Amino acid sequence: MAGLGRAALLLSLGLVAYALVAGSYAAWRRRRRLALSAQNALLASFVSTLVAAAVLWSALARRDFSFVYVSEHINRSLPLGYALSAFWGGQEGSLLLWLMILSGYAALAVWLNRRTRDLIAWVVPVLAGVAFFFAFMLCFVSSPFKTAPAPADGAGMVPSLQNPYMLAHPPLLYLGYVGLTIPFAFAMGALLSRRTDERWIVATRRWTLAAWTFLGVGQLLGAHWAYVEIGWGGYYAWDPVENAAFMPWLAATAFLHSVMIQEKRGMLKLWNMILVALAFCLSIFGTFLTRSGVINSIHSFSQSPLGGWFLGFIVLVTAFSVTLIYVRLPLLRARTKLESLVSREAAFLYNNLLLVAFCLTILWGVVYPLLTEALRGETRSVSKPYYNFFLHSFGLPLLLLMGIGPLVAWRRASLRSLGRMFVLPLAAAVVTGVALIALGFDSSIPGLLAYTFSAFVAASIALEFWRGTRATGSLVRLVARNRRRYGGYLVHAAVLLFAIGVAGSSAYQTVRERGLQRGQSMTVAGYTLTYEQLAARQEANALATRATIDVSRGGSHVTTLYPGKNDYPVAPGGPTTSNEVSIYHDPRNLGDVFLIADQIDKGGTLYLKALVKPLVNLIWAAGFLFVFGSLVAMWPDAVEQRRLAERYAAGAVAA
Amino acid sequence: MTLGLVVGGVLAVLAVLYVARPFLREPAPASDVLDEPGELERRRLELVEERDRALLALKELEFDHRTGKTTDADYRELVGPLRRRAADALQALEPRAEARHERIRSSR
Repeated sequence: MAGLGRAALLLSLGLVAYALVAGSYAAWRRRRRLALSAQNALLASFVSTLVAAAVLWSALARRDFSFVYVSEHINRSLPLGYALSAFWGGQEGSLLLWLMILSGYAALAVWLNRRTRDLIAWVVPVLAGVAFFFAFMLCFVSSPFKTAPAPADGAGMVPSLQNPYMLAHPPLLYLGYVGLTIPFAFAMGALLSRRTDERWIVATRRWTLAAWTFLGVGQLLGAHWAYVEIGWGGYYAWDPVENAAFMPWLAATAFLHSVMIQEKRGMLKLWNMILVALAFCLSIFGTFLTRSGVINSIHSFSQSPLGGWFLGFIVLVTAFSVTLIYVRLPLLRARTKLESLVSREAAFLYNNLLLVAFCLTILWGVVYPLLTEALRGETRSVSKPYYNFFLHSFGLPLLLLMGIGPLVAWRRASLRSLGRMFVLPLAAAVVTGVALIALGFDSSIPGLLAYTFSAFVAASIALEFWRGTRATGSLVRLVARNRRRYGGYLVHAAVLLFAIGVAGSSAYQTVRERGLQRGQSMTVAGYTLTYEQLAARQEANALATRATIDVSRGGSHVTTLYPGKNDYPVAPGGPTTSNEVSIYHDPRNLGDVFLIADQIDKGGTLYLKALVKPLVNLIWAAGFLFVFGSLVAMWPDAVEQRRLAERYAAGAVAA
Repeated sequence: MTLGLVVGGVLAVLAVLYVARPFLREPAPASDVLDEPGELERRRLELVEERDRALLALKELEFDHRTGKTTDADYRELVGPLRRRAADALQALEPRAEARHERIRSSR
C-alpha cells in the first residue's frame, strides 16, 4: 500500500508540474486547448492526492506499523478516532492534509469559475505552483510513505493531542490557512491577465470569508483545547504558533473590510492586492513555524529538515507577489479619492491601519527571537507584556471603531448627524464606565476601557438593527436584503462577546494556590474548596489519578470537581504525565471555577491551583455567533447573483 | 505491492487521458485561441461596474438618509452627483446595447 501512496503522490506532483508549466505557457501564448488541459491536470491532481490520503488513513486505521509515520505517531491501544486524527498529528501527514485541501479547493474554485477562461487561465498555474511545492516536499523531503520493518507496537500519540478538540482544531485551521491560497491565486491571476476589474473579487468573496471563518473557528477551538487540556489555566499564551494563525487572520480581516471599499468606491485596489499577498504569505509562514521546528513550543513537537525549503518558498512567493504588483501598478490606480476623513470608508481605512499594524507588531515579536538567534547566536524571547501592550494599543481602538463605523454615513458625515447618532451609544458607554468604577472594577484600566467601549459597540449594533428594521419594516427583510452588512454586524457582536470574555477572564480573574491535606479547605473568590479524597483508575492507555474537591459557596454545596493527572506509559519520547483540569461553569457570572492539581505527593498532599475566571464562557459562546454571522454574510443573495450574472455574462469569454 | 502498482498504473492512465481530453475531443479545431476580452469589452465591464457602484452608492445614501445617518442637507448635496454618475454610466452603456441589438437584428 505504501507503494500506491508514493505513486499517487508522484502522479500528483507530475500533474501539478504539468498544470504549472503548460498552464503558464497556455495563458501566455493564448492556447485554449492547452489551458483546458492544464485545468484538467489540476482537477485530476485532487483525485490522486485523495488516493494518497486514503492510503495513509487506511494504514492508520489498520495500525500498519510498517509505515514509519504510523509507528511514530500511534500505538495499538489508541482509540480509532485519535488514530485517524494522527493524519494531521505529524509533519508529513500535515503536509499531505495541506495538499489535499489545496487540490480540493483548487479543483472546486476552477470548476466554479470555468467560464471566466481568461482569468482562470492564469489562476491555474498560480494554484499549481503552490501545489507543486507541497507535492515536491511530500515526494522528496518529507514522505508519509516511508517504510521499515514493523515494530510490535507504535510509539503512541502525544497525550495532549488525545483530546476531542484535536479531531477538529487542526483540520479547521488548515481549511483556513489553505483557503487563503484561493484569493491569492485569483488576485495574482488578475494581475497576470491584466484583469484588475472586480471579477477576481467577486469570484473569491465567499472563499475569503470561508477561509477567514475556518481560521477564526480553528483558533477558537485551539484556544478551548489549550484551556481544557494543557492545564495552565489560560487559553492563549502568545505562543509563536498561536500567533502564526492569528496573523493571517488579522490580515484577512483587514482585507475583508478594505475589499468592500474597492467594491463600493473603486478605491484601495493596490492595498487589497498587498493584503491578499500578505495574508497568503503569513499562512505559509504559519505552516513553516508549525512544521519546521524552528521555534520551540508545544506545537513544534517535531524537528525537521523542512525549514530551509519553506523559507525559500516564502521568499519566492513574496518576491513574485511584490514584483507582479509593482509591474502592474498602473492598473491599480484608484480613480476616486476619499471625500472626508469622517466617513464610513475612512473608518474602514483606520480599521485597516490598526489591523495591519497589530499584525506586523505580532510578526516582529515572532521573528525577533529567530533573527537574534540566527544573527547573534543569542537566545531571546518576546513575552506576554510585549503582546499585551500592543493588544491594548491596537485592540481597544479597534473595538471602539467597531462601534463608530456603523454609525457614520458613507462618503461623509456632518457633525449634526454624528451628534445625533452617537448620543445613545455614548450614554451607554458613560453609564457603564461610571457604574463599573462605582462597583470597584477600576483595578484594571484596560479592563475598564474594554467594558466601556463594549457598551458603546453593543449600543451601536443594537441601534443599527433597530433603525434598519424601522426603515424597512421588518428585521427579516432587513437582513435578507443586506446579508453582508448585517451578517457582518453579527460577527461584530461575536467579537464583542469575545472581547468581554477576554477582559473579564484576564483582567478580573482570581488565582489562589495552596497545599492541602485531606479534609482541608481553601477559599477563592467566594468559593470554598475542600479536598476530600484521592483515587486512581486504569483507563485505556493511561493511569488516571483524581482528587475529589467539594466546591461550596456561602455554606451551600455547588458541585464536586475532580482535578488530577494522567500517567501515559506509552508516548513518543517515553512515559509522560499530563495535568487533567476540572472545571465548573458557573451560570451566575458566566465564568468558571478552574482547578489544577499542580502536584500530588506520595503522602497524598495536593498542591491545588484554583482560578476563578468571570465571563470566560462568553468567549466560547462568541464562536457560535461568529459562525452564524459568517453564514448570514456568506449566504447567496439571489438578486445580487442575478446582477453579477448579467454583468459578467456578456463579459465572460466563451471557449 | 502488485495491487498497489496496478491501481497506481490505472490511475496514471486515467489521469493522462483526462489531461489529454481537450486535444482528443478537438484534434483539429477551427480556432485554438484562448479568447480574452477586447478593448471594447473591457470598457463595457468598467462602465457596468461604474454603473453598479453608482447605483449601490445611491441605495446606501437613501438608506443612510432614512436611518438618520445622513442629514437632509447632506443628502441633497450628495444625491445629485451620484444620480448624474449613474445616469452617465447608463448612457455610456446605452449605445453599445443599441449596437448589439442592431447586430442581432442584422444577423437575422
